[in-house]
Formats: sequence, structure tokens, C-alpha cells
Amino acid sequence: MSPDFWVILTGILAASACGLIGSFLVLRQSAMLGDAISHAVLPGLVLGFLVTSSRAVIPMVIGAAIMGILTAFLTEFLSRSGRLYRDSSLGIVFTTLFSLGVILIAAFAGQVDLDQECVLYGEIAYTPWDTFILSGTNLGPRSVWILGAIFIINVLFITIFYKQLKITSFDPQLAKTVGISDRLWHYLLTGIVSLTVVASFESVGAILVVAMLIVPGATAFLLTRRLWLMLVLSVVFGVISAVGGYLGASVTNTSIAGFMAVAGGFVFAIIIVLKSAMDRNKRLVAKPSDQLNPIQATLS
Amino acid sequence: MDYLELTARFFSLTDANVRIVVAGSVLLGAIAGAFGCFTFLQKRSLIGDAIAHSTLPGVAFAFLILGEKQLHWLLLGAAISGWLGALAFNAIVRYSKLKLDAALGIVLSVFFGLGIIMLTFIQKSGAGAQSGLDKFLFGQAAAIGRADVLILAISGVVMLLALLALYGRLKLLTFDSGFAASLGINVGLLQFILTTLLVVTVTIGLQAVGVVLMSAILIIPAAAARQWTDKLSKMILLSALFGMISGILGAYISFLKPHFPTGPWIVIVAALIFSLSILFAPQRGLVSRLRRHLHNRRSMTQDHILKVLFKAGMDSRSWKEFTPRMQIAQMWSFTKGELGRGLRKLVAKGQLKKEGNMYRLTESGVNAGARVTRLHRLWEVYLARYLELPQDHVHRDAEEMEHIITPEVEKKLEEMLGYPLLDPHQQEIPYFDKVEK
Repeated sequence: MSPDFWVILTGILAASACGLIGSFLVLRQSAMLGDAISHAVLPGLVLGFLVTSSRAVIPMVIGAAIMGILTAFLTEFLSRSGRLYRDSSLGIVFTTLFSLGVILIAAFAGQVDLDQECVLYGEIAYTPWDTFILSGTNLGPRSVWILGAIFIINVLFITIFYKQLKITSFDPQLAKTVGISDRLWHYLLTGIVSLTVVASFESVGAILVVAMLIVPGATAFLLTRRLWLMLVLSVVFGVISAVGGYLGASVTNTSIAGFMAVAGGFVFAIIIVLKSAMDRNKRLVAKPSDQLNPIQATLS
Repeated sequence: MDYLELTARFFSLTDANVRIVVAGSVLLGAIAGAFGCFTFLQKRSLIGDAIAHSTLPGVAFAFLILGEKQLHWLLLGAAISGWLGALAFNAIVRYSKLKLDAALGIVLSVFFGLGIIMLTFIQKSGAGAQSGLDKFLFGQAAAIGRADVLILAISGVVMLLALLALYGRLKLLTFDSGFAASLGINVGLLQFILTTLLVVTVTIGLQAVGVVLMSAILIIPAAAARQWTDKLSKMILLSALFGMISGILGAYISFLKPHFPTGPWIVIVAALIFSLSILFAPQRGLVSRLRRHLHNRRSMTQDHILKVLFKAGMDSRSWKEFTPRMQIAQMWSFTKGELGRGLRKLVAKGQLKKEGNMYRLTESGVNAGARVTRLHRLWEVYLARYLELPQDHVHRDAEEMEHIITPEVEKKLEEMLGYPLLDPHQQEIPYFDKVEK
């Protein structure tokens, strides 16, 4: 398999996994929670490195998941007990945790195989050479395995708990009355988002993972009101931006992850312009008959 | 080098470079702190984050065109692309059904992606190695030069004048934009001006704090200042002060350890100030709220002890007998600790007399118990008479009010109800603590 194939596959898996779970963030109007978590997991990753002095998956995932939940918990605490608005408490928590992470990286520069730039935009171009070797056989790039696993976990999570996720996202009040805890699902979703972010972090970095989480879901949200269709579309848009981004980056010889984000933004821009033009047309066409009352309508 | 020596060099301000860095950090912290208050209060704190990330392509673009690092052009590029970012998220919110949070997420990540593409392009074209553009990501206060401070100072003065000139309107916009519109203020234009001022603030901060963490210095000082005051003017001054302290200390730490970027340290200092504020601020602080809560609970326990002992002696009109502590504990659902503390406190106040493990009310204790009982029963009468509640519904509410009613309200109630002798449960309402006086 050529390196190109592995890079594109990594991008597709990351974009699909992120797009699926990110759709729920868009629906719950907590898109910035994705931004927050993608920053806040950094100290967890660094501590994972420091404790094991390797890129072992399990400690990294544990460290990052703890940080993700901690973010959600601290935000909740500050907004309830500290009487702050939710968006400010989120902003305070994630910038502080991210700062801690950057300082840790600078302090242990020799021991941590991460640098400040990699944190921001990942190293997807190197994924083909960081392979997963099991008892002597080369099984392909490690990140493909990790992201593939996360993708499957996300698909399973969403299909098994489709009803709960749907009802808490669309109507938290109704969820409460039928005995589904909005808070529990908020924390569970936060946990899954953290896992997804950590898995994608190495490849695309802290800020571009936000593009993968939010942009495909938001684009799909423009086009449909059906949840299942939105999820399918988010994967489609994620794949388009991953492939398009890779092609763009290889032509211009620039950052692959950056180009994937921009490709997603490009698709979003096209859809939003088309969509609002179509809506305007529809309004213009629909207007005359709207103004008729039922009697006039039957007469004409 | 010795930290002490470096510290002396930093804070004595004898070194011209240090003076420049300190001046820059102070200006930046003050401006960001002040303007952060408005977005904080408008519940739009995170727009600073999106604007900051949007500045990156502008910086890189200016560098690409000029081919060398000229700060004022870089900052101009940053301001323009930050402003375009703001335009973009406002347009998304306006022309689609997406909400602000999704719009911010899209704009910040896509603009940042564009910036990263351009940065990698610059790096690969060879000029980037010495460009120092990466310093814009996490900030390096030491990179502030003499010419930069001049730019900072000029924009700082302009921003300050704008704040003074628009203060009244911005205040209206922040707290009640509907009312502002009804007064004939062009709310859209004002919001646009505020966004532009925010873009300038972010641009000013890029060098010291960096793109990634710029939003923190807009949010955290404002959130800290909010804990200390309810007045906007005071909040702005305090927030500016907190911003300045964070700026100076952040610059100081990265002066001691030059390989550390400045931005994260500024954020950590600001977060410390915030934590202290949210814990120890006099009214809103967690500690003082906890103390008030505890104090209320304790005085409620004391009221309950007085009340049960008073009621026990009410029929015989005699409170001379001692009651064992065990028995008091059964008269009300006291926890063990709170009963002990309440009894001790009442003995110290002279309202209880203790003998061995037995207690009785003193004269002032009888009067205090009578008052609590009276308040409870007066409130029951009030509820039954004026709200026409059935008699089995009045007790629970009175249970709370008996601790709260002030002497003034008490007097009003008595006059309004005409000094009733019986409560809705046909129990006597005691007045004799008053008669004796």
C-alpha cells in the first residue's frame, strides 16, 4: 500500500468518526464544547507521555478521557456554583488546561515526543511510518487501527443509544419526563467526544480536529431535518473534505490537516450559499399562493 | 543566570528592553481586560476565540506579500482577517439555522486551517525559518520591540477614547439592547463597532499572548472582576487591572525562562487571580457564601432549640425545670453536632442555663422562644386569613418565615392582624415577652 493511501484512509476515518459524534454537538448547541475538549485533553496527553515515556495508547486515552470529563465537570461547577455563564466557564476551563499542557511540553521538552506545532496541526503526513507491529507482522499504520476502532465505537454507540441521544438532543424536557437523564447523556457524549478527539489529535492536532467535529455536522444540518440522514451526510461531507484536502495539500505541498479543514469550510460555504439561494427562490415561488386564503385558493 | 538578579533587573525597569516588554504587556492586559467585560456580559465570550484564530491567515498573507517581517503590516493583515472572521460567523448565524456556537467553531477552525496552510507554505519556501511567525501562535512578549510599543500605545489611546466616548451606549447595549433600540440607538451599528474594537484588541494581543490563547485574556479577567462588583464601571477597571497583572507576571516568567512561550503563563496567572476571586470575593465568593449558609443554618438550629423548650413550658407557664439533653434531641430532628453547637452557643448568649447535662431557658431565652413561636403562629394566621389557605397548609411555610421575619415586619403583621390570640390550629399566640417590657 502506498503512503498516500494510508494518509487518506487516516483522514477519512478521523473525519467520519468526528463528524458522526460532532453532529450531536451541533444539535445540542454545544459545538464549542468540541473546541474546549480538543484543547483541554492536552495536559492529559502530556502526563500520559511522562508517566509511560512512550506513545502507549491506553495511558494516553485514559489521561485524555479524564481531562475531557474534568472539563465538562469544571464547566458545570463554575456555571452552577460560580454563577457564571456557560460559555465563559467553558472558555476559562479549556484555555487554562491547554496552557498547562503547553507549559508541560516546554518544561519537559526532552522527554515528550510532542512539540507545540504538532499539538496545533498534527502530523498526519507521518502516519504511514508509525506502524503497528504485532509479533513481527506489520499490520499497517497505528493511527489507522486506532481511528478505525474509534469509528466503530462511535457507530456502535450511536446505533445502540440512538433513541436516548435523539431525545436528549432535541427535547431535553421530554427526555426528563420519560426518565432519560439529560446530564448522564451529556457526560457520556463528552466522554466519547474526548476519546474521538484523542484518537484524532496526533493526526490533525487540537484546532483542526474542531473542523472535523463541527463542520461536516453543521453542513449536514443545513440540508436535512432527519437525524439519520444528517449523520449519513456528515460522514459524506467528512470524507469529501478529507479526500479533497489531501489532494489540495499534495498539489500545493502544504499542510494536509490544514487543507482538510479548509476543504470542509469550502463545502460548507457552497452549501450555505446554494441553500439560502434555494430558500429565497422557494419563498418567491410560494409567496402568491401563501397570500390567498383557502376560499380564494379553491376559486382560483 | 541567577533568578534573583533577573527579577531585580525585570522589576527595576532599568533595562530598556524590559521597559518595552512591560509597557506592552500592561497596555495589552488593560485593553483586553476592559473590552472583555462587554463580551462576557453579553454571553458571547467565545467570539474572542473565533476572532483570534481568524487573524492567522492575515498575518501569514501579509508576510507572504512583503516577504519580510514588518510588524505593522502583519498586524493590519491580522486585523483585516480577524474582522472577516467576525463577518463570517455573523453571516452564518444570520443566513442559516445554525446557532452562534456552531458558527464560531466553523469559522475558527477553517480560518485557522487556512493560516496553517500558509504558514507551512512559507516554511517550505525557505523564508519561514527566521520569520518568527510561529511566535504568533503562543506569544512571545520578549518579541515586542520599540516600534511595536508605539503602535500598541497609539491603538491603546484610541481604544480608551472610544471606550470613554461610547461607554453609555455600550452599557445600554450590553444590558438591554431592546431598550437601547427603543431609544433610537442604532444597535446593529453599535454591535459592529464593538466587534471592530474587539478585533483591534485581539490584534494588539497577538504578539504577547498568541492566537491560540488570546480568548483567555478577554474572558478570565472579566469573569474574575465580576465576582467583586455589580457595577459595570468598577468591573471594567478591576478587569483591566487583573489583565495588567497577568500581562506583567506572564512576561516576567518568560523573562526568567526564555524558552517558555508567554501566552500560557499569562493565562495561568489570570486563572490564579480568577480562582482567588471566585473563592474569596466578599459577596459572591464561594467561601463567603458557604459561611453565610452555615451561619443561617446555625441560627436556625438555635431558634429551634428555643422554640421547643419554650413550647414545652408554655402550658404551665413555667420554664424553671431542667430538660436533659437527650430529651431535647428528641423534640426536633437535630443532628448530633448541630444540637451540641447550638446549645453551647445559647448558653454563651445567656439564653440557656446548663447544669450537668441538663438545660433550661433563662428569662431572655424564654422571651426569645416566645418571639420565634409568635412569629410562626402569626404567619400562619396571615396565610389563613389573607391567602385563605386551609389550616393544614400553613405550617410548612411558617416554619421558614419564623427565622426571617424582621422586627419591622413583625410589627406590621401584628397591627394588620389585630394581635390575634389564637393561630389557625387554635394554639395560643404568646405576647407576654412584650408585656413584661
